[in-house]
Amino acid sequence: MSAWLPALLAGRMIRLGWLLPLAAAGLFALISLAPIDPVQAYVGGRTSQIGPEQRDAIAAAWGLDRPAAERFASWLGQLARGDLGQSITFNAPVMQVIAARLPASMALVGLAFALSFVLGTLLGLAAGATRGRWPDRVIRTIAVVLAASPGFWVAILLVAVFAVGLGWLPACCATPPGQLASEVTPADSLRHMVLPVATLSVVGIAPLVLHTRQSLIAFLDSPAARHLSAHGASPLRLAFGPGLRHAAGVALTLHLASAGELFGGSVLAETVFAWPGLGQATVRAATGADAPLLMGIGLATLLFVFAGNLLADIAARLADPRLRRVA
Amino acid sequence: MSGAVDPTLPLPARRRNPRRRATRHGVVALALLGAVLLAAPLLPEGALSIDRAARALPPDPAHPIGTDMLGRDIAARTLAALAKSVQVGLLAAGASTLVAVVLGLAATFGRAADHVVGVLTELALGLPHFVLLIMIAFAMGGGTTGVVVAVALTHWPRLSRIMRHEAQGIATSDYVAISRALGRSRLWVARHHLAPHLVPQIIAGFIVIFPHAILHEAGLSFIGLGIEPHLPSIGVMMSESLREIMAGHWWVAAAPGLGLMLIALAFERFGEALRQLSGPPGATT
Amino acid sequence: MTLKVEDLSVSFPTGPVLAGISLALERGEIVGLTGTSGAGKSLVAEALAGALPGDATRTGRITVDGALAPPHMVALAPQRLDALDPLAPVGRQIDRFARLAGRSADVPGALASVGLPATTARLYPHELSGGMARRVLLATALATGADWIVADEPTVGLDEAAAGRILSLLADLAASGRGVIVISHDLIGLARIASRVVILRQGRHVETAPAHAFDGLGSCLREDFSRALWQAQLAPDAPC
Repeated sequence: MSAWLPALLAGRMIRLGWLLPLAAAGLFALISLAPIDPVQAYVGGRTSQIGPEQRDAIAAAWGLDRPAAERFASWLGQLARGDLGQSITFNAPVMQVIAARLPASMALVGLAFALSFVLGTLLGLAAGATRGRWPDRVIRTIAVVLAASPGFWVAILLVAVFAVGLGWLPACCATPPGQLASEVTPADSLRHMVLPVATLSVVGIAPLVLHTRQSLIAFLDSPAARHLSAHGASPLRLAFGPGLRHAAGVALTLHLASAGELFGGSVLAETVFAWPGLGQATVRAATGADAPLLMGIGLATLLFVFAGNLLADIAARLADPRLRRVA
Repeated sequence: MSGAVDPTLPLPARRRNPRRRATRHGVVALALLGAVLLAAPLLPEGALSIDRAARALPPDPAHPIGTDMLGRDIAARTLAALAKSVQVGLLAAGASTLVAVVLGLAATFGRAADHVVGVLTELALGLPHFVLLIMIAFAMGGGTTGVVVAVALTHWPRLSRIMRHEAQGIATSDYVAISRALGRSRLWVARHHLAPHLVPQIIAGFIVIFPHAILHEAGLSFIGLGIEPHLPSIGVMMSESLREIMAGHWWVAAAPGLGLMLIALAFERFGEALRQLSGPPGATT
Repeated sequence: MTLKVEDLSVSFPTGPVLAGISLALERGEIVGLTGTSGAGKSLVAEALAGALPGDATRTGRITVDGALAPPHMVALAPQRLDALDPLAPVGRQIDRFARLAGRSADVPGALASVGLPATTARLYPHELSGGMARRVLLATALATGADWIVADEPTVGLDEAAAGRILSLLADLAASGRGVIVISHDLIGLARIASRVVILRQGRHVETAPAHAFDGLGSCLREDFSRALWQAQLAPDAPC
């Protein structure tokens, strides 16, 4: 029965096999284009203390004096051994920086993923079941307005209202200032997550709501739904009964396939909330000319998007048995 | 709640006339765009300057949306920033449309070209949108050029797919075969058969890209990789407001975001209406 | 018990589409309904089952032993095979219809009554043959426990042997005490199992003929239209 899964996995692994090296080459080329001198970025304000010989020494230590092809080859060689190089801004191995900051980002992205899925699907179902009437119009308006709202603006407004105005929730960081991670209670951690998770959850919800609504309406208009309503099924009963699988299957597939966008959103959310995750590291790497870290993050997010797409393919087949036939 | 209404009732009339709907949304969006672009140069001399006597004022008659910590009028600054964001957004969306059209049409030049464009699409969609934007903006050294290039190189896949599909459909159609058999040149066929079908799609594609372009431009500027910080832009204003919001100066953040949202919303709805007009029903996003 | 349909008419905002349909049906009996394509056969089925599109208005009376029939009194087995939910296994779909009627479902029983093995319950619609899907559609209607069934084109798309088996199944359902209305363009098949056949022409009731009238050249039929319809069936591939 599940003969489709190995075939799907094999196909996707082959794709990863050519996508990953191509993307690595693309990323390397892109980052080598940058007109920013990493040595200058590293030296920063200490120009007076660091002479040209020391600069050359730093450049040589990072291998910047060698031609691009050679640097790429050695970077690939390192990569094959699981070594992503040394981050300039954090002064630590890239792998270590990513490993240290990934959990914080994943906590945000994971919670927001679950929350926005539940919220988006329910709103989409409610809108589809009441098509053309006021609940539908209200939900669609909210979705379209959210789609047009810059995520960081939503984050700032949430801070202005709930942190500054009402003083209910902390405005920044993952922990209260001055506390070690080990001293923080779970309740405190949770309080710090509320605003960032809320931001991430609502910002990307519009496509989910609209697609869920669309697929539910397609089902409600189908002969199958008409057959059921001929025997007394109401639209609401159809929506949250048989329609659930039609709409939620599509919604989950779409949501997994766009999980990467949640990470993109968390770059901005982490900037607003000073959240110590990978998104904040991305911004610091980009503004600090930290090429090794940027490339590491690029590859990590590539794998993240890839995993999301793979899970989306699996979800689509679980929801719709017609897709399981091995092509 | 109007529970007695039959759910299978025909949709309200305004949704049944997509052409009029598109016109209405188009007028709203273009009027908003025109108002911003025309009003910004009319700002009086010194409207954007620093005024130490008027620092961090809440909204009042002299400063309808208040001032920031440097005493700059938020209303005037928002208008100038919107104009800048819109200009950069138009440029970036235009560049992205061009990339989409070139790649979409290039994909119809044989299987190899199609594969190359397919791989490029796969790569462009392989990273989260915003992470790729950051990478490209970084590669270009940031700044306005960086934003335009980054947006241009990341927003093309959807439109290029439409272009490829349309162009292939037309190229293999009977009337093109007949035209060719009648001795019409490739150029003639392209002008008389291809262009009339593609131009509306290109315009709709541009309108759809534009709100994404301005939102992403603002995001890049917000994290410091976009429009230069000395120029007024929505992203830069929002980034500055981050410090002020803690002091309770909510108006510094509210207005610029709202302005950007309204423009993005107007074009989002215009694009959606155009898409319903030209595309197959139900083909959202 | 007698199901009586009197002067059934259906109209859309664009105009009337069905007018003056009348028929009577006993439990244990099969009544056929036929007509040319576009005569409104399926619309009769939907009107009887109370499954008309939202913008349609229905007039006329449907009564059982003189009392006005409650909604969903007549269970419909629709013509379209895609009336089965593509994402649910057969068993769950039969269960849904039983629960809509407020009953607990006997899925193996419902499947057995349409001549399908209990293992069919696990299959999805795309795994069914045309004949099996027809049977499952009948099973969904039967699962509601209705005494009155209307089957819309139950043999369309099937080969002769499979169509014959469905017709005998319908005869069995009637024999088990249900009243069955069969809509079909296959007059020969209808004449074999039905006691009477209603003939429609462009939404109007032409006549109700006893099954034995469909014999020879149809000389016992009252209307020329009915006779033409019958003769067309006898020689479907005659040169024109």
